[in-house]
Amino acid sequence: MNSRGGSQMRLRGLLYKEFKQILRDPSSLAIAFVMPVVLLLIFGYGVSLDAKHVPVGMVADSPGVASASLFSAFEHSRYFSPRRLPNMREAQAELMTRRIDAIVHLQSNFSAQMESDNTAPIQLIVNGVDANQARLIKGYVGATINNWLEQRAERRGIPISTPVMLEARVWFNPEVRSREYLVPGLIAVIMTLIGALLTALVMAREWERGTLEALMVTPVTLREILLGKLIPYFILGMCSMLFSLVMGIFLFAVPLRGNLFLLLFVSALFLLASLGMGLLISILARNQFVASLIAILVTFLPAFMLSGFLFDISSMPGWLQALTHIVAARYFVNVLHTLFLAGDVWAVILPNTLALALMALLFLGMARLRIHKRLE
Amino acid sequence: MNKQTALHVGNLEKHFRAGRRLIKALDKVNLDAQCGCITGLIGPDGAGKTTLMRLVAGLLRPDAGQIQVLGVDAVLDPLAIQSKIGYMPQRFGLYEDLTVAENLALYADLQGLPPAERPARYAELLHLTALERFTKRLAGHLSGGMKQKLGLACTLVRPPKLLLLDEPTVGVDPLSRQELWQIIKGLVAEEGMSVLLSTTYLNEAERCAQVVLLYQGQVLGQGTPQEFSQRFQGRVWYAEQPGVLRRRLQDGLIRREEVLDAVLEGEGVRALLADKASPPNLKGILWSPMEPRFEDAFVAILAQQRRPTHTSIERAPVTFKKETVIVASNVSRRFGDFWAVRHISFAVKKGEIFGLLGANGAGKSTTFRMLCGLLPPSEGQLAVNGVDLRKAPAKARARIGYMAQRFSLYGHLGVMDNLRFFARTYGLKGMRYKQRLDWALDEFDLRTAADAIADDQPLGYKQRLAMACALMHEPAILFLDEPTSGVDPLERRAFWSRINALAEEGVTIMVTTHFMQEAEYCDRLAIMAQGRILAIDTPAAIRARAATPDNPRPKMEDAFITLIQKMERAA
Amino acid sequence: MWQRVFALVIKEFLAILKDRRERIIIIVPPLFQLFLFSYAATFDLNHVPLAIYNQDNGTIAQRLISDFIGSKHFERVAMRRNSHGLKKLIDDQKALIILSIGPDFSSNLRRGENARVQIILDGRNSNTAMIALGYARQIIERFNRRWAEKHGEPPPVKLVTRAWFNPNLESHWFIVPGIIGLLLLVVVTMVTALSVAREREQGTFDQLLVTPLRPLEILIGKSMPGLIIGLLESSALIFLATWWFGVPLRGSLLSLYTGILLFSLSAIGIGLMISSMATTLQQALLGAFMFLVPSVILSGFATPISNMPIVVQYLTYLNPLRYFMVVVRGVFLEAAPFPALIGQFWPMALIGLTTLTAAGWLFRHRLN
Repeated sequence: MNSRGGSQMRLRGLLYKEFKQILRDPSSLAIAFVMPVVLLLIFGYGVSLDAKHVPVGMVADSPGVASASLFSAFEHSRYFSPRRLPNMREAQAELMTRRIDAIVHLQSNFSAQMESDNTAPIQLIVNGVDANQARLIKGYVGATINNWLEQRAERRGIPISTPVMLEARVWFNPEVRSREYLVPGLIAVIMTLIGALLTALVMAREWERGTLEALMVTPVTLREILLGKLIPYFILGMCSMLFSLVMGIFLFAVPLRGNLFLLLFVSALFLLASLGMGLLISILARNQFVASLIAILVTFLPAFMLSGFLFDISSMPGWLQALTHIVAARYFVNVLHTLFLAGDVWAVILPNTLALALMALLFLGMARLRIHKRLE
Repeated sequence: MNKQTALHVGNLEKHFRAGRRLIKALDKVNLDAQCGCITGLIGPDGAGKTTLMRLVAGLLRPDAGQIQVLGVDAVLDPLAIQSKIGYMPQRFGLYEDLTVAENLALYADLQGLPPAERPARYAELLHLTALERFTKRLAGHLSGGMKQKLGLACTLVRPPKLLLLDEPTVGVDPLSRQELWQIIKGLVAEEGMSVLLSTTYLNEAERCAQVVLLYQGQVLGQGTPQEFSQRFQGRVWYAEQPGVLRRRLQDGLIRREEVLDAVLEGEGVRALLADKASPPNLKGILWSPMEPRFEDAFVAILAQQRRPTHTSIERAPVTFKKETVIVASNVSRRFGDFWAVRHISFAVKKGEIFGLLGANGAGKSTTFRMLCGLLPPSEGQLAVNGVDLRKAPAKARARIGYMAQRFSLYGHLGVMDNLRFFARTYGLKGMRYKQRLDWALDEFDLRTAADAIADDQPLGYKQRLAMACALMHEPAILFLDEPTSGVDPLERRAFWSRINALAEEGVTIMVTTHFMQEAEYCDRLAIMAQGRILAIDTPAAIRARAATPDNPRPKMEDAFITLIQKMERAA
Repeated sequence: MWQRVFALVIKEFLAILKDRRERIIIIVPPLFQLFLFSYAATFDLNHVPLAIYNQDNGTIAQRLISDFIGSKHFERVAMRRNSHGLKKLIDDQKALIILSIGPDFSSNLRRGENARVQIILDGRNSNTAMIALGYARQIIERFNRRWAEKHGEPPPVKLVTRAWFNPNLESHWFIVPGIIGLLLLVVVTMVTALSVAREREQGTFDQLLVTPLRPLEILIGKSMPGLIIGLLESSALIFLATWWFGVPLRGSLLSLYTGILLFSLSAIGIGLMISSMATTLQQALLGAFMFLVPSVILSGFATPISNMPIVVQYLTYLNPLRYFMVVVRGVFLEAAPFPALIGQFWPMALIGLTTLTAAGWLFRHRLN
């Protein structure tokens, strides 16, 4: 009865059924293809840490040549959209009402000090509420002033009095576009949704509708039931991965510097780990509602917060860093960043791939151990 | 007949945990089912039928006792059993988004039916279940009866030695029910299959070779249906009293010591007498002996444990006023391209008990929801007390009571929480609030578990609680949607006696049911199928329509079947 | 009318408190998220792995290097004299930043000429790279100032920065008040989104609709638990923010609670709308999820709205969290007075009113 042919026949039957169901149920196709588009669009366009056109107020207590020249340097910068304001009182009012994010203030003796050899102070007031943004603004202002000083010195033929000049080079992303690291990382979030959330839901749905009860009493084995779920959603997940990849490369112009096949291989491993988690959750929960809650709590949120996709893991407190090691997405995000932006760096890819393989094995193994042909 | 045992169950016990409580689903159950015949597992909801089925199928592990299926131990080797049996769970796991043919193919793959044998087997099964014309239809779009037949076909793809059927006929219209029984009987007769079938319909017991009566996890009796009913030979009588309303007659009889049970039947009352009692010699009542039925045995056995409660009629009957309180004219309701209700019209008068009779999916609940203002009709006009409840002010709604299909109170709240909530939302205050709460607790016998969580209570209790909540504010019109499904016969009788009492007080009652016998309790009823009303009349008149020379006194079920057949011929 | 509403509110609370699933939704995610977000969502970097490639033998270079190593932001992981294997340090993520000092660094400086240093950054996470670069720039500026002062060559300009409201630019001060808004949105939306859907699933909603309760009364009854839970939970979060995370609360509680009230109303309205459109709990949950993710991202919680494309910026005007973020941060850090926040209050009130009306209409008119 449980011969090889019988097993193949049963598995084929289950697969055929699952594919038919996926094709007829718009909601699973929506999760697989519409959700990635929505997320990619929101993140690709909505999230940007690159300040551009920061509104700055420029105040010179007594306007002169030097101050005019400095202000025009700000006006030519792509980082700022400066507005000249008559006095500090008005500027402060603007800052309070958030119409500007910073004030560059030149005091009355600025031009005179610049002419003499004394140091002329430039006051920068930033709204510190968004600390990160404030720090970026501060950096941009500093850089703009330095550029201005250099150009001024060049024009006058005097050597610049900055003793140490900093020359920065950002590898892998020279134009510092945050999209280039957000989009690859997002692929991990999307695949978590399909692997864990969708799978947890479809399996729990079979419990709820009683279809699994009828399946259980046939000669079908547990291995076949698991494979019957795993294979279709694996294929669906990979399709959605390719889809996101194409969008990332062609719509958001993210470079892919590593090997495409390597990328697909690691994605497959991550997908297996996610599917394992999804199956495990639905086996334990057996109820679509509870399963989707758990899936969001233990797979989606960590993939979002603790994977290094948005927030740098190394700046988290030690206990939290330790916790990130059980988040599969962490390894995948790291590989994605490296493969997309840096290339085939084996020293990064190997350990992370190994970790993903282990997790896939662990979760699939646990799913196999926890599923029983009994209803208890 | 082959007298081998197909199934042996010995001292079987199974417990479940619900919160802190331990529920004994099965308590020392012993039974044997023979090969080549139908064994019926009969009992109300919560008796433990499904648990027993699942244990036999190897889906649950017993806490104690043995199960031998076709000589194999179900506990030790469930896989070996699962390749020999066919099991159709209560809600059969049809994939509703697959077609009929795809469902069959899936189970053929799972059961390992060789491809060469398939075309012949499919044809046979589709012919058997009369689904040939629907192979391309999605299972979700089939009617209730067709779904059950498809479920049966799927379990039969590879003929099993033992067939387990968990409530295959619940909610199915009488015609489909008859067809299902014919299929099952055919399987037993032609293929020598053994069948274990569970049901809550007591009248189906007579179709089984063996009956096991299960109640609250215990076996109350086992034997052939005749063995059960023979013990009551001479104790069942038919009473008629010309010129007296049969409901009054029933009420008079049930209150007599020597009458255990009295139900409406035909033009009179069917009475079950206590042991060694003879028909009471009452003036004007004509007595004639009747054949005992399985239900009599069940009621008698239960009555030993607890005396049925009866609400007596306090006031003289109100003669029907001509006042019409519920009107539906040419009402239709469409969901997408599916017509749930098509062009129905009826009118209900004050103080009437009006029944909607039909299978699941016939359109009863949709009609109800439209009447209560929960769903707008796609076409037509509705009025309750002269207004459309959908647009009516809240005050109009205060005059109706509504009890939805299946228990739909706040299950995880306490019993008292529910009562208080409904009393308050209906605006009861002060003394009246207190009085009505006390009334509800006493009248519906709710004091036993007033402080407990509603969901933990047995079905009968929940049903009483739901009715108490619906009656808290003394409504003039009462809507009851399948109030008695799954309840044991004693609860059912108590329920109907309350309904009668309310009707006598002038409350208009609209009730749906799929129990054919319950139709007898209505003053008038409408028979529904596929969204249409096939007939509206008094029960007697509807029955009379089906009278033929062969069957001069047809039962309600026969009348229903005749009507459906007529409709299908017309289509 | 109030008696009926009161009965409904009591029932709603009992339903939430007695249902284990509900209790979990109310208690677990907020705690989980508060701590996760507060600790994980930071843009302050510590111990950035730093590699130093020093070709200079002079002591001045040593001085600059010790400035870097002494900073709490950097941690030296490698010190090289030749360029061999430097690229691999970055590639393999052993170092995030390389400070490269040329062979004539010290001699250039001694001669009074400019000396250049090069910073190489791993741009795989460009935000982290930019933050690290900012730290490096600060260290070099400080070094320059000291050098110039010592050698009597004051620099032509000096940038004096003052950060209003958050002088030390602590990320916590920005993130933690934001989390109050985020959690308030999540909890209130969830509680209300699940309430009607749960009743529909259990069939009790029909029972409720046939009682004399008016849509308005149902609306109020269904809103109260969300409102009260929202108020309680945000009070607890405000307390934790000031006491545990040390964020200053400078403005008036009146403005803050006005904001919380209006914001909760808009979240309740949206939750009830989702709820009245869903037939099952699971649909409600997914609906809430599909609403929550974009509205958190497009609120200015983590990234400024002004960085978004104009079209997306217009979209954020529909998002109540956008306004509340301004209110909560304004009250906490800027001591924003009540009148200054009116521009944020009325859009929230408008969103709340619109969605609540729509939800009330949907209760009765939703077609199956």
